[in-house]
Amino acid sequence: MANVISDETIEYVGILAKLELSEDEKEQAKKDMGSMLDYIDKLGELDTSSVEPMSHVFPVENVFREDVVTNGDMRDELLSNAPGEKDGMFVVPRTFD
Amino acid sequence: MKLTDMTAVELSAAIKEKKTTVMEAVEAVFEKIAEKEESLNCYVTLDQEGALRRAREVQKRIEAGELTGPLAGVPVAVKDNMCTKGMLTTCSSKILENFVPTYTAEAVIKLEEAGAVIIGKTNMDEFAMGSTTETSAYGATKNPWNEAHVPGGSSGGSAAAVAAGECFMALGSDTGGSIRQPASFCGVVGMKPTYGTVSRYGLIAYGSSLDQIGPLCKDVTDCAAILETIASHDEKDSTSVKRDDTDFMSALVEDVKGMRIGIPRDYFTEGLSAEVRESVLAAAQLLRQAGAVVEEFDLSLVDYAIPAYYTIASAEASSNLERFDGVKYGYRAQDCEGLHPMYKKTRSEGFGVEVKRRIMLGSFVLSSGYYDAYYLKALRVKALIKKAFDDAFAKYDIILGPAAPTTAPELGKSLQDPIKMYLGDIYTISVNLAGLPGICLPCGIDGKGLPIGVQMIGNCFEEKKLLRAAYTYERARGTFVRRGEV
Amino acid sequence: MGKQYETVIGLEVHVELATKTKIFCGCSTAFGGTPNTHTCPVCTGMPGSLPVLNKQVLEYAVSVGLATNCDITRYCKFDRKNYFYPDNPQNYQISQLYLPICRNGYIEIETADGTKKVGIHEIHMEEDAGKLIHDEWEDCTLVDYNRSGVPLIEIVSEPDMRSAEEVIAYLEKLRMLIQYLGASDCKLQEGSMRADVNLSVREAGAAQLGTRTEMKNLNSFKAIMRAIEGERERQIDLLESGEAVVQETRRWDDTKGCSYAMRSKEDAQDYRYFPDPDLVPIHISEEWLAERRDALPEFRTEKIVRYKEEYEIPDYDIDIITGSKRLADLFEETVAICKEPKKVSNWLMGETMRLLKEQGKEPEDIVFSPAHLAKLIAMTESKEINGTVAKEVFEAMFESDVDPAQYVEEKGLKTVNDTGALQKTLEEIIAANPQSVADYRGGKEKALGFLVGQTMKAMKGKADPGLINKMLREMLS
Repeated sequence: MANVISDETIEYVGILAKLELSEDEKEQAKKDMGSMLDYIDKLGELDTSSVEPMSHVFPVENVFREDVVTNGDMRDELLSNAPGEKDGMFVVPRTFD
Repeated sequence: MKLTDMTAVELSAAIKEKKTTVMEAVEAVFEKIAEKEESLNCYVTLDQEGALRRAREVQKRIEAGELTGPLAGVPVAVKDNMCTKGMLTTCSSKILENFVPTYTAEAVIKLEEAGAVIIGKTNMDEFAMGSTTETSAYGATKNPWNEAHVPGGSSGGSAAAVAAGECFMALGSDTGGSIRQPASFCGVVGMKPTYGTVSRYGLIAYGSSLDQIGPLCKDVTDCAAILETIASHDEKDSTSVKRDDTDFMSALVEDVKGMRIGIPRDYFTEGLSAEVRESVLAAAQLLRQAGAVVEEFDLSLVDYAIPAYYTIASAEASSNLERFDGVKYGYRAQDCEGLHPMYKKTRSEGFGVEVKRRIMLGSFVLSSGYYDAYYLKALRVKALIKKAFDDAFAKYDIILGPAAPTTAPELGKSLQDPIKMYLGDIYTISVNLAGLPGICLPCGIDGKGLPIGVQMIGNCFEEKKLLRAAYTYERARGTFVRRGEV
Repeated sequence: MGKQYETVIGLEVHVELATKTKIFCGCSTAFGGTPNTHTCPVCTGMPGSLPVLNKQVLEYAVSVGLATNCDITRYCKFDRKNYFYPDNPQNYQISQLYLPICRNGYIEIETADGTKKVGIHEIHMEEDAGKLIHDEWEDCTLVDYNRSGVPLIEIVSEPDMRSAEEVIAYLEKLRMLIQYLGASDCKLQEGSMRADVNLSVREAGAAQLGTRTEMKNLNSFKAIMRAIEGERERQIDLLESGEAVVQETRRWDDTKGCSYAMRSKEDAQDYRYFPDPDLVPIHISEEWLAERRDALPEFRTEKIVRYKEEYEIPDYDIDIITGSKRLADLFEETVAICKEPKKVSNWLMGETMRLLKEQGKEPEDIVFSPAHLAKLIAMTESKEINGTVAKEVFEAMFESDVDPAQYVEEKGLKTVNDTGALQKTLEEIIAANPQSVADYRGGKEKALGFLVGQTMKAMKGKADPGLINKMLREMLS
């Protein structure tokens, strides 16, 4: 396997992706990611130096909405799925130090 | 003819001719469900009461002459990644185990406006990541043709429900083949429209630049009727395209004379099973006999589509799935000390293995120092693949090939080796990268008694050519015995 | 002798745009409001929701770019900035990294040393975050998404400033330009204008820039000045004691007068920017850009020239009034009604300024309408009320934009023009103050003033002092 994924990399990706893996899962993830990257490295066979990256396949441009208020109060509906709710707000573990 | 053997368009016509009613159609579907659902597991959520209530309402409106369209009164199943107001929408994930949307996806609204009756939400690979419907948090769906086999995925629940007569038609979504491949495995018709044809508003995103909603149904006529109904220019979706050629039923014409059909040699290489190969080539032969000009050509770059796809789709997915964090909706892990531990525990417990695998890969390819080498490289390769299709469509009206290298594999055989599983998407994935429309319809049955599908690919916005070719082939092929009728 | 240090400062200024709706959805941007009542599936990150760009946001951003001499990016895109925090419902912020809407601009600032150009590196469009409120009772945090998705532009300067004075001059100039455009009210206290300060120090004459820090949480010009001084000293102390400055983000605590590093191991600072696939590129045509250019308002320099031609008011007044778009608008609109430029200017330069200063307010906070100010001036001119009463009425207008006529009526403040009644009061005053009468007749002019005052008091202020003066002189002659 050409791509060897270190413990640090898996740890780092876990922080980025907010995933906590068990030791077994980490080992599996290192293996899986390494082999996927080996596979993706196949793209390196193609010379793309003169090719622009393509985000959208066809040119849809300039899609706008007018600056007009169209939404009313949807608070109660939107809060209906919240795992934690208080005083019309979403509750999360404390963020302040 | 038994009610559940009818196609959607036939059923609607029968209702309008007063040969049956919407309530009878809904009841017939729920009888099938009672009979088969326990073993097949096509649905995550069913709503018999709501469907019957709605059926009565639709029946009245049909009788009042208010609903006249070809799908009025037809019971429909919706893949569980499309939001339905007031009805559980899980993406087959634990992380959305209790999520009840406050609004309905635009494509579903279009079906409702046409008088279709939603009966439930179909099972899928978790967040549409998979090709077997085995990654669902709510159990695998079985293939109605042989319950030891998978129905394909990720829209496996929708495809199996149509094949088993547990609905008359269904919506699926296709990011890398998730409509066409299960259609192939379940012996039904499935179509992915040109990117931007059907609104993505309310479709819970996997790979936003690739996702597209489309029909899973019994025949090409139903396919055209559904597509005509759900295609719309939606101002809520910036990537929605304004088209004035969405009268797709007008393309149901039996005529391929002079139509140029290209068969990519690169699709008929070692990985392809001999039975699928024979069957697909026989389909091409039928079209040739009907007057099409069929020839082989080299599409090129076929082997690069999968790595490009998994880079782009995983990158977009890693970002799209960040919102599932236990704050606003869905599952939240208990007993967490602090915000970040809550995020991590919620997501680690809420997402399944395959979803985590793609989120990790996607986060990595976008991370500092790798963005250019992986993500931008993949977008450049995507441009090359698009160019290869542009060149092909300069010569051909339609590209014809298989939808998958084999028929449906056995349950439990695919997930151990992700890359091997990903290779199964080789014929469908590049269509998403290039934004093209593709249709899959049954063309044979293999030695194990499993259906084989043929895929036809059109140029962007040329669904009508595709439907004309598919319709002509379907007529030439003759009746294909659907599972529900066996 | 200690080393000489130079401070190098660049600013990242966030400005909330004055649109009616949010950047990607049709929710109101109105300030305040019950938590989460200005929200929808889009700005709370509901699954399946999609963003659509508010056209007005682009127009404002381009206008600010044109007013700050920027190149407008003709093909621009939005990118996602990925980071987890609960004020950000999608856990990514839609912003612009790769192709920001404006680049390579500058503005000119006036300092004690003359005019100086400060470069604008770029301006990009992005969405604001929601508000986090700490709940002391249950030791948790509450999230309000009313501000989530409010449109912002971030104006990133070059590191061209060398002192707190230059920073303030830059911010004041920027604020004035943006207010002239009507693109934002730019209130620091309410957070509709926010500045992050990037600061480094280097030995005087050094070619290389030092390591910089980014200072956040600066809510007033005073806080900005104190933070710059504090951070400059902190960095110099570090360098003097042989330590290195660490590149980091710091939070300024203005009450304590010091800053803290905002660091966390969960904060990787790796935002994985990539083009947002849910939004399509913006392609700006020559025609559209020309329209935007034509739509630019009259800026201060042009206004000053025109005021000098049109209105006979002192240059000093012109300078102050045109220094604020709000004052200039008020001035022009009031003059258009009452045709009394000098009187309008007097009210703005005098009472308005006094009350603003007393109450620590900005011209943007002014609530009285041009129509009411014009009416007040007319009432004073017609001697319907006297000057003292006018000031009282104005104070009421300043508080809540009352109708001056109605206010005078209700409070019974109208000047008594009944000469009979006045005559009677004057006779009483003369009778009651024989000493003053004698003094006046003896040549003491001051004594007349006393008698006028006594009469005004007796009339409860509702008399015309000029008329009293005239009548007294006649009666005592």
